[in-house]
Amino acid sequence: MAAVLLTGSVMKFAIALFSAAHAPSSRRALLFAQSALAAGHEIVRLFFYQDGVYNAANSVVTPQDEQDLPQQWRAFVSEHQLDGVVCIAAALRRGVLNEEEAQRYQRSAASVEAPWALSGLGQLHDAIQDADRLICFGGA
Amino acid sequence: MAKSLLLISRQAPWSGPGAREALDIVLAGGAFDLPIGLLFLDDGVFQLAAGQHAKVVQQKDLAANLQALPMFGVDELFVCADSAAERGLAVDALALDDLKVLGAADIAALIDRYDQVITL
Repeated sequence: MAAVLLTGSVMKFAIALFSAAHAPSSRRALLFAQSALAAGHEIVRLFFYQDGVYNAANSVVTPQDEQDLPQQWRAFVSEHQLDGVVCIAAALRRGVLNEEEAQRYQRSAASVEAPWALSGLGQLHDAIQDADRLICFGGA
Repeated sequence: MAKSLLLISRQAPWSGPGAREALDIVLAGGAFDLPIGLLFLDDGVFQLAAGQHAKVVQQKDLAANLQALPMFGVDELFVCADSAAERGLAVDALALDDLKVLGAADIAALIDRYDQVITL
């Protein structure tokens, strides 16, 4: 269905994700992103906000017979060398830290690493300006 | 020309960090001088209820952040008339000045006017 939706001229998409890794909307976001690239479109940035930050956490352990979405995101972003940004304020609030932030706040565990970058909301606005379309998943 | 963004805020102020995080997107956009609008819809209109006592529910008051909107250059502020009426809020007694009160048809036109939309 996505392939039909995306036929026509090449588009630059910004993708914002607001829901946790176990939410169906997070799976749909990944499927959309994969379909967009497969159809020849460009993804200018992925921006994970609110509970979406959990999709970047390498501390998520998924039961063996379920899809490991954080791992799938990680592989997808690495393979296509995408710009994957996790909102730093939303991530700190939810205990999703990289090594630098874990040290800064003296926490015992870091759970975000490359290919993800922790950064601010300016990166969302920047992506919105750059993209033809902003596609949001998991909002209210 | 910069693309415009409409943020539709649908969450009550004390239902979690959602309302505050939605507002943070708007304030950040204002800080970057981007054309940005904010529509309070559904339970989002509760953010505008006057006389809230955030401390009683051990929350931080969102009102101060809302009052900062004009200082950040965000003056396109809208509230859904139906959402307010359904929740017993009088639109002339809301806790934010210069709100434009919109009916359902106006809201459809409003969404159409913006380049990008985020609903949170």
